[in-house]
Parts: sequence; structure tokens; C-alpha cells
Amino acid sequence: MSTTNMASTASDAQPPTTPPPTQPLHALPQPFTTSNLEVLTQGAEALVYKTTFLTPSTPCVLKYRPPKLYRHPILDKRLTKARLLAEARVLVKCRREGLSVPAVLGGDWESGWLVLEWIGGRTVRAVLDEWVHKFGLRARDGKTSEEEVKRELDEGLMEVVAEEKESQEAREGLMRLMQMVGRAVGKLHEIGVCHGDLTTSNLMLRTPERKEVVGRGPPRMTVSAQREAAMSGQDPPEVIPVQQEETKETNSLEGDVVMIDFGLATQTIHEEDRAVDLYVLERAFTATHPAAEHLFQEVLRCYGESFKGAKTVLKRLADVRLRGRKRTMIG
Amino acid sequence: MIAIGLEGSANKIGIGVISHPSSNKPPIVLANLRHTFISPPGEGFLPKDTAIHHRAWVVRLIKQAVQQAGAKVSDVDVICYTKGPGMGPPLQSVALAARTISLLWNKPLVGVNHCVGHIEMGRAITHAQNPVVLYVSGGNTQVIAYSQQRYRIFGETMDIAIGNCIDRFARTLMIPNDPFPGYNVEQYAKRGKNLVDLPYTVKGMDVSFSGILAAADLLAGQISDDVSYGKRLKSEEGDLITKEDLCFSLQETIFAMLVEITERAMAHVGTSQVLVVGGVGSNERLQDMMGLMARDRGGSGFATDERFCIDNGIMIAHAGLLEYQTGVTTSLEDSTCTQRFRTDEVFVGWRD
Repeated sequence: MSTTNMASTASDAQPPTTPPPTQPLHALPQPFTTSNLEVLTQGAEALVYKTTFLTPSTPCVLKYRPPKLYRHPILDKRLTKARLLAEARVLVKCRREGLSVPAVLGGDWESGWLVLEWIGGRTVRAVLDEWVHKFGLRARDGKTSEEEVKRELDEGLMEVVAEEKESQEAREGLMRLMQMVGRAVGKLHEIGVCHGDLTTSNLMLRTPERKEVVGRGPPRMTVSAQREAAMSGQDPPEVIPVQQEETKETNSLEGDVVMIDFGLATQTIHEEDRAVDLYVLERAFTATHPAAEHLFQEVLRCYGESFKGAKTVLKRLADVRLRGRKRTMIG
Repeated sequence: MIAIGLEGSANKIGIGVISHPSSNKPPIVLANLRHTFISPPGEGFLPKDTAIHHRAWVVRLIKQAVQQAGAKVSDVDVICYTKGPGMGPPLQSVALAARTISLLWNKPLVGVNHCVGHIEMGRAITHAQNPVVLYVSGGNTQVIAYSQQRYRIFGETMDIAIGNCIDRFARTLMIPNDPFPGYNVEQYAKRGKNLVDLPYTVKGMDVSFSGILAAADLLAGQISDDVSYGKRLKSEEGDLITKEDLCFSLQETIFAMLVEITERAMAHVGTSQVLVVGGVGSNERLQDMMGLMARDRGGSGFATDERFCIDNGIMIAHAGLLEYQTGVTTSLEDSTCTQRFRTDEVFVGWRD
């Protein structure tokens, strides 16, 4: 309670030195490998790597939850185990029920890793961004209000549709994509799972698998032969890199929708949780661009038709929107 | 420019005098006085009694603060007071005092958001540029980041505030309220070593503490001396669980929850600086945990000492003066207070 010069009180605020970020320190058991890791993201909870499974040409995702030094070791073990198992169980359940989600290839809750199937393709967010980029440009100049931009966008879209057949296809493709998203989310909810973090970044548009181009030169090991060799613990034979046709930077809207990142998923059939899932997705859409709201209507339409309780969830969604848990309540 | 700040949103009344010499020099604290209303063990502070306490102390503290600051009344540029959020009666009594001296001295008023006061004071003390802010106190639990002229709330408690949880936990175990329950819980926790399972509730960037209180009620019954040895709660090694162990478990659990949501917000925003403000921010264990987390992310954790993180008048003066310098004042008619005043309602005109 004394007179203090504030500059002199900053002593406890010196930034400490920075160690490198945590890497999985242990080696993974066969047939998993930590040899050629490529960091995809560092989330709050897990480090996500790309690595390979069985053969050097089969990519997979390694999700590693490093021990949190700030947490009590017992608590840390408990949480890591519970979350890793919950995620794996939800994925297995979805898979069993026929949903498109990454397959679980392996995991260990003691050391905190989970290996998942690699999903090729683009995120729905990337698809939407591209769409906004493509059709949003002509609406930019001189327009300020959101409504105007929106109207202009729609008109622009219509114009383009009239002009080019290609854009007509793009539009139909987008609508098809939205329908797939709506049905996928509906199916997920129907089997009693809520995603918990349903954003456009967690929805992938998986491009159809490309046929392998037959390699030239000497006869080579087929992928299945390599897998067998790896399973039986033999030294993998020398691999001649499989000439895969590189997935072109394609604008194709073909493929199926795959949901990823079930780290926050819960097994629940509460309308509230389902409605919040949709609300989060809606926010992700509108954050991309005001005009994406129209597209989201199509998602909701398909969702509403997807399972028996879906209509009541949509009603609940209206409540969730109005409520906005974080609204001020004066009076 | 000199500002006087009046704070009284909870059981502490604080009067501070601050000077901003010029825009590129650090602010100078001229006076920072505080008096706390302490309720007996097993009880919380009631709004009515707290207001009486504040009314009894406000004149004395203002006189002392002005004297200690060595400033003349004519040197004061603006009077800042807490507009909210907080308890109604204490807020009203302090707002009344602010209006009175504003009329007496003929100085403009600025109503300040209590949370923004904490954030700005923390930034000024630690020189953290653009941190994710964890604001933890008796009435608030929020993870905040700055974006486009607002302090935006990324995560918060879904039910009670963390300080409230600690206070009520202490009350259940009959831990004294002097100097404040959180401090005593911290001292008990330093002597605890067995971790007892408590509900750990994190949903995305939000947390919930009410389950912990329900658990505390049950646990308190199982560690009392009135219970036969066979029924006492024991650790895996067979040691009797003590109050100290419960305090230790409480801290480990709820602080881990806080650090987790803060980390999630940092990953979301993409920053590596974190600043802890508010009364609970004076807890050394929380500061340590936050520092460890920030270091793992290649950044740093910032915290202030109890002079500035426990409610005080200086932070109100500081934030109010920042706002005053952008040309904002509160007219006498508008100099009300409100129990609910969200952090993101304030237009932050003084930051880029």
C-alpha cells in the first residue's frame, strides 16, 4: 500500500528462456514409426503429425498428447487416458455405423498416442474460401454493407451461372457438398454422437482415389505384399517408389465428406448438444463470408430430413441462436 | 494527467491515485490504498454489510490517498469509479462517493469496467504487449483476447467463478477468511501431498466448478474427526486424507482446468504470451502452472503481485484515465452502476 513506481515492479515478469516444443520422445512400436514425422498442427492438447503406416507410401496421422508438465502426473494420466479412449471409441463407433471418419489404426493411452487413417483431400473451409475468392471479387468495389455484398454476390453468382456452364457445375457441386455435409452431421447425431467442435476445418472433402499409374522398370512389390511383409515382421523389401499420380490442385467438388478431429466428441442424444453442434457449424460458415449463410440453409435442409428427431433439433437451434449464452442480462 | 480511482465492487474498497506523465512514459502510482471487509469463518460477505463497510471507509481512504499522493485536489484531472460488474449495494455506495467528490471538486467522471481495469493494469505492470488474459477472481472467470477495439471473451465459467468456488470450499472446511480464503487455501495446499479425485469439467474453452463444491461437501464429511477410523477417507497408501490434501487437490484440479482453457485460447488466437489478472492470479501455484504451459508453447507467462491483482483503486484510475485521454467522460446522469457489465461491451479506443 505504498507509493510505487510501476516500472520497478516488473521484475517478476521477465520472459523465461524458450525450450523447443515437445516431440514424442519414445519410439513407437512396430508397425508404427516415428522416423519420418511431419508436423501438421500443434493444437492445445495434441501434436498432430503425418507419418506412414506399414509401407512408406501409406500415409497416416499420428496424434500425440504429450504429458502436460503443469498438471499433476496422476491427473494428467487420468485425463489423457479418458480423452484418448473416448476419441478412439467414438471413431470406432462411427466406423461401425458406416460413417465416413478416419479409421483407428492403433493407440496407447499410457504413452498418449493414437494413429489414424490419413484422409486425403481439402477441408470444406478451403473449398468455401476458394468459392468466396472466386465469386466474391466482383462484389468488392464500392460496396460496404453486408446486405449489399450479399445481394451482389447472389446476383454475381446468377450472372456467372448464366454465362458459363462451368460455374453452373460449380454451383451444383457446392450444393451437393452442402447436402453431403447435412446428411453426414445428421447421421452422426442419429447414432448418438456429438462432435463438439464442428467447424468447416474439421470437415474434409475426400477426393476419389486415383488409380495408380503402373510404374516402369522391373516388377515391384505391390502395396499389399509390402503390408504382408511388414505384418509378419520381415524386413521390408526394397521399395521402388510407387508412382502415384499426384493429386492435382483440383477444384473438383467430387468426393465424399469425412469428419475429422473427434477430440471433443461425446456420446449423447441430447437435443441441446446436437443443436450446439449445428450452431458452431453455422458460426463457422458465417465467419467465412456472409453469403455462405445461404449455403448453410441447404445443410440444415438436408439435416432436417436425415433422421427422425432432426426437426426438433432444428427448433432447438433457433433457441440456441436467440439465447446466446454469453448475452448480457440486464434487469 | 492525474486520476483518482474508486473501486468497491466486492468486499474490498480501494482508492488509488495515478499519474500518466506523457504518452511514452510509464504511468506512476502515487497512492494505492485498500481496506477489506472480512467475514467470520464459515460465512461469506453479504452485500448489505459490505456496503456499510465501504460507506464507513470511503471518506477516510480518499483523504489519506490524496494526502499520500502529495497532489492538490486541483491537480486531479478526472475521477474514475467502478461502474460494474459486481455486487449492487457496494457498487452503489462507491458510485455515490464518486459523484459526490466529482460535484465537490468540479471534476469529470469516468465509469470503468472492472474487468478492463484488471486487464489494463496487468498490461501496464508487466509490459506484456498483446497477451491472452486469464481473469480469475471471486466473481469472474474469463479467458480474454484483444481483437478490433474490444476485449473479447473466448472462454468463461458456465456456473460459478473460481474464487467463489475456492471461498466456498474453504467455508465448507471451516478455513479462516483472514486475510482472504484463497490465501489460506494456498498455504494449506503447500502442505498437502495426496491427490483426491475431483470433477474435472472442461467444455471447449469453458469450465464449470459447481460439481467440485458438491464433491467438497461429501469429502468434508469423510475427513472429519467425528467419523470412525474405518470410514475415514484414505489415500492409496492408506494415509488419512487431511484438509491440506483436499486443498492441494482442489488447487491442482481447478488450476489445471484454467490452464487448459487458456492454452486452448492461445492455440486458437496464435499468441504465446499469457497474462493472469484478478485476485486468484496472486496464487503462486497458478502462476507456476501458467508459466510452465507458456514455456512449452515457446512463450511466457506474466503475473502481478497482490498489490495489483487483488481489487484495487489504482487499476480503475489507470483504465479510466486511458479512456479519458480518448475524450470519453461519463455525465452525472449516466453515472450509474450495474451488476452485469460484460468485458466485451467496452469500446477500447486507446489501443490499435
